[in-house]
Amino acid sequence: MDNKRPKHLALHHIKLPLSGFVSILHRVSGLILFLVLPLLLLMLQYSLRSIETYTQLLSVLAHPLLKLMLLGLLWAFLHHFCAGLRYLAIDLRYITSLAQARNSSKAVMIVSLALTALAGAKLW
Amino acid sequence: MVNRVVVGAHYGLRDWLVQRVTAAVMALYCVSLAAYLLLQPHPCYDAWTGLFSGQLMRTFTLLFLLCLFYHAWIGIRDIVMDYVKPASVRLVIHVLVILALLLYAIWSVQILWGF
Repeated sequence: MDNKRPKHLALHHIKLPLSGFVSILHRVSGLILFLVLPLLLLMLQYSLRSIETYTQLLSVLAHPLLKLMLLGLLWAFLHHFCAGLRYLAIDLRYITSLAQARNSSKAVMIVSLALTALAGAKLW
Repeated sequence: MVNRVVVGAHYGLRDWLVQRVTAAVMALYCVSLAAYLLLQPHPCYDAWTGLFSGQLMRTFTLLFLLCLFYHAWIGIRDIVMDYVKPASVRLVIHVLVILALLLYAIWSVQILWGF
């Protein structure tokens, strides 16, 4: 196919609607979670294997930088979780109008960020 | 009646369904574990291993992890199909992801039944 129409893919000019923003973050957070899977499995292994590895893990995770990374991962999880629930609601036709789509996107952003902040406050 | 000729590999609907079923299982597991951690914010080693030593919890956790790996495979495959165009690179990434996830599954069994 020879399509001569101009393409406008200047990414910095395209302004995504909020639901599009939630959608791309769903993808990004999913990829992040996949990439850290071995680390999460390793943490589970260390937490269970013996009392020595358990205390070792806790002392490593007490480092402020690692706490911050853990909080970032927690956000990725919470965003993926909330946005995923939104998609399930869309599949079940609980969300059908544009206004509902926008409001639920806002809710996903707010709830995931608020829960992350709450966990952060508990973590410190 | 319309006789529609459906072409393609026919895995679209199945994967769509699998992604949602696995998501529901994972959501249930995460909410349960979060509830436990809310009730017991800092479990000591004995409490933590006690939680995971029950046969029911081990099974539920393995189910969760297997759902996670299947779910991740569908998601990563979709991402690769969208952004990676050369067939050879795509194939290599697919193979590596499948192998990694299979190894994670074996590792999960070793973790859960190895303490």
